[in-house]
Amino acid sequence: MSQTDTLTIAGRSLGSRLFLGTAGYPNQQVMLDALAASGSELVTLAIRRISLDGYSESLVDVLARATGGRAAGPVGLLPNTAGCMTAKEAVLTAQLSREALDTPWIKLEVIGDRELLYPDVEELLRATEELVNDGFVVLPYCNDDPVTCRKLADLGAAAVMPLGAFIGSGMGIRNPHAIETICARSPVPVVLDAGIGTASDAALAMELGCAAVLLNTAVSKARDPVRMAAAMRDAVNAGRAAHLAGRMPMRAHAEPSSPQMGLIGG
Amino acid sequence: MSAVSREAIRVNGREEPLSAASVAEFLAGRGIAAGTLGVAVALNGAVVPRRRWPETPLQPGDSLEIVRPIQGG
Repeated sequence: MSQTDTLTIAGRSLGSRLFLGTAGYPNQQVMLDALAASGSELVTLAIRRISLDGYSESLVDVLARATGGRAAGPVGLLPNTAGCMTAKEAVLTAQLSREALDTPWIKLEVIGDRELLYPDVEELLRATEELVNDGFVVLPYCNDDPVTCRKLADLGAAAVMPLGAFIGSGMGIRNPHAIETICARSPVPVVLDAGIGTASDAALAMELGCAAVLLNTAVSKARDPVRMAAAMRDAVNAGRAAHLAGRMPMRAHAEPSSPQMGLIGG
Repeated sequence: MSAVSREAIRVNGREEPLSAASVAEFLAGRGIAAGTLGVAVALNGAVVPRRRWPETPLQPGDSLEIVRPIQGG
């Protein structure tokens, strides 16, 4: 992979096109080891009510300590608004995350159904507009819908993050044509978010033209999360390279690879 | 919120007696020092920037949200 193939979102250069979630690992050390193996430079976090019973070391301190010495510098933080069901809740959560973490970056999630975790487009558009106007770098988790993605970009989203399948389902990319269409038309980077189950899904996302992949459960719930994190790193790199290389045209019939002249016999 | 008595506040959704005069004093009582990074506070639905914790008074009926980043996807 060329050194110059960096992804830039809102002025931030990212050497890795894999964004990694921090939830659901067997323990914190496995999470840190998986993060190292993934090569990711951007990790997602959630914002939740603090426990007032006792104060433990913050996840942010843990991440800073573990990644501070890397050549790429400390890992970037992408807080989310997971669980929010209205624009109002999501905007306040984003404002709290900006205050807590001193970053204007936000993975904007506004869901319309607690079981399906599917985006509520109306509320998502409203929250995007409000947060962009408030100076946030907004990366909305959204439907695999080219029209919604265009509206989000028009409102000033720094990237759009269409789902491949339901969050946490590991079902892969259910509508690759929609993702490919979004990638071909989007004026902002497209990040495949949700649905990735294994390395080939991540490679496909990149082959379809995605600028990056965001995943969590595919690594955290793998039998060997650290090994899967490395597999995802390789898959994203391979898929990106294949996209840049340009695939051969598909044919319905055979086309011999070896020359037809000079065959023996006859 | 009619159930909130005159001398109580809500902290992270739970009602409790009002025992501190300011946001900073309340947090200090819970072991969260002034200016602690990684913690954010909203009072009645609006973020209170860290630097304003000491000067922000708490009054009966107030609703306080105190959050921090945790593992997430």
